[in-house]
Amino acid sequence: MRGDLGKSFKFNESALELIKQRIPATLELAFAALFLTILIGIPLGLYSGFRPNAVSSKLIMGFSAFGFSVPSFWLGLMMVLLFAVFLGWLPASGRGETVTVLGIPMSFLTWDGLKHMILPTINLAAFKLSLIIRLTRAGTQEVIISDYVKYAKAKGLRNSRIVLVHVLKNTLIPITTVLGMEFGRTIAFAVVTESIFAWPGMGKLLIDSISVLDRPVIVAYLMVIVVMFITINLIVDLIYPALDPRVRLEEQR
Amino acid sequence: MTAAASTVITQRVPFRDRPLGKAIAEYCESRSAVIAFFVTLLIILSALLASQLSPQNPYDLSKLDILDGTLKPMSKSLSGSVYLLGTDEQGRDMLSAILYGLRISLSVGVASTVIAFVLGTSLGLVAAYRGGRFETILMRAVDLQLSFPALLIALILLVVMGQGVDKITLALVLVNWAYFARAARGASLAERNKDYIEAARALRLSDARIIFRHLLPNVMPSLIVIATTTVARAISTEATLSFLGIGLPITEPSLGLLISNGFRYLLSGKYWISFFPGIALVVTIIAINLMGDRLRDVLNPRLKK
Repeated sequence: MRGDLGKSFKFNESALELIKQRIPATLELAFAALFLTILIGIPLGLYSGFRPNAVSSKLIMGFSAFGFSVPSFWLGLMMVLLFAVFLGWLPASGRGETVTVLGIPMSFLTWDGLKHMILPTINLAAFKLSLIIRLTRAGTQEVIISDYVKYAKAKGLRNSRIVLVHVLKNTLIPITTVLGMEFGRTIAFAVVTESIFAWPGMGKLLIDSISVLDRPVIVAYLMVIVVMFITINLIVDLIYPALDPRVRLEEQR
Repeated sequence: MTAAASTVITQRVPFRDRPLGKAIAEYCESRSAVIAFFVTLLIILSALLASQLSPQNPYDLSKLDILDGTLKPMSKSLSGSVYLLGTDEQGRDMLSAILYGLRISLSVGVASTVIAFVLGTSLGLVAAYRGGRFETILMRAVDLQLSFPALLIALILLVVMGQGVDKITLALVLVNWAYFARAARGASLAERNKDYIEAARALRLSDARIIFRHLLPNVMPSLIVIATTTVARAISTEATLSFLGIGLPITEPSLGLLISNGFRYLLSGKYWISFFPGIALVVTIIAINLMGDRLRDVLNPRLKK
């Protein structure tokens, strides 16, 4: 037991070292997708939860149903086709220019790198976005008929306060759990997105290693991903009581 | 036999008042669900009749003309016939390739779901009925499996097992059985303590009979909903794996593999090789998902007032 996962057959380098070099690119993409999901998904979900019958809400839900069903790899291909081939607005592959921060190359700090990130991020976020919109909407609809929201309205609180404090805080609990689980899925689905957009992350490394049967790298990838999963689940479990006092109280008893 | 006579003899309840009739009537209230049903039916039929419907046998190499390679949709072949959806690099008619690919995608999706359904449901039912150590071990295994993304597990299994229709079906079964086991156990836990089960026990019926003749029919509705969405998910997962080049071998081209082939031509603007198989895939998945959504609304007892 030395933690030595061997050398890659293809690169003749330590397999774990290879994975380590690729982790930042994958994490950058995954965090960008998560950020996009939260930034867009929660407001859209809140909106369509408050106005379930408005035309715009129906559009949002239609988009969400579409994002739920469309396989992520095909969506990626179609975005490449539309934005890179036909319109020529965005680059289709690679990370672009990177800036090294603390020894880690980052794409999002340069304009070129950011442009390279747009399509992969949207591709990776599409499924999560649909999921979060649905969840937030369902949560909002459940909460707005509750007595404490009615009471808050009767007290004459500002709408923004009702939405942010009374509604959002209570819908946030299931969302956190799902986002935590989804973050793991994101890293798994990064395999797909990275192969389409030739993003040099660890998912691309895995697929390349599978095609040349580079077993040490495959094993190292699995080890790393399992550790990541356990860490993510642990973090979610730790955030949970911070958000929901009921969980905290139950533990103290 | 007249309708009047049958009412006299058997006092039959009209079909529309029986549970199945009511469920069908309720299902039909949603127009999109009815459309989804007919679209699914159409897709299944065209997959079954692929060899009759398609203008060309896409895998008979003597029928292909390499000079017709990568033709645009609606363009004419050298022999005068029209390629409605264009051709791929070997001069294969895309419409025929899609119909044949649909057959493979659907059969993998349906076969893996049916096997996972039987396996997962039986294990879940027995776990709920028996309880004890078997239940604990089974449910821990389910938890363990569901905490990892299906795509990742299937990918690893295929790396170990290699390519092939049988292998990808097995991988999808191993990924999906846990959903059925969990749902079957969850639903039967509520049913287990009801009076009819106790009555069956009092009659000294065998465990197998109670589980499959009394318990199973009562947990069936929620399982049917899961089975519907699982078919859609299995088709999507299979396509994704084939796209990554680790699902099906090139000799058994499903829709995912067709899309993957077209990927190489995408950047030069030859969109149709990936685009049309993708449309077929997306329409199939959306139609099945819409049916699943509607079935969930109809069959879920919690939503009924």
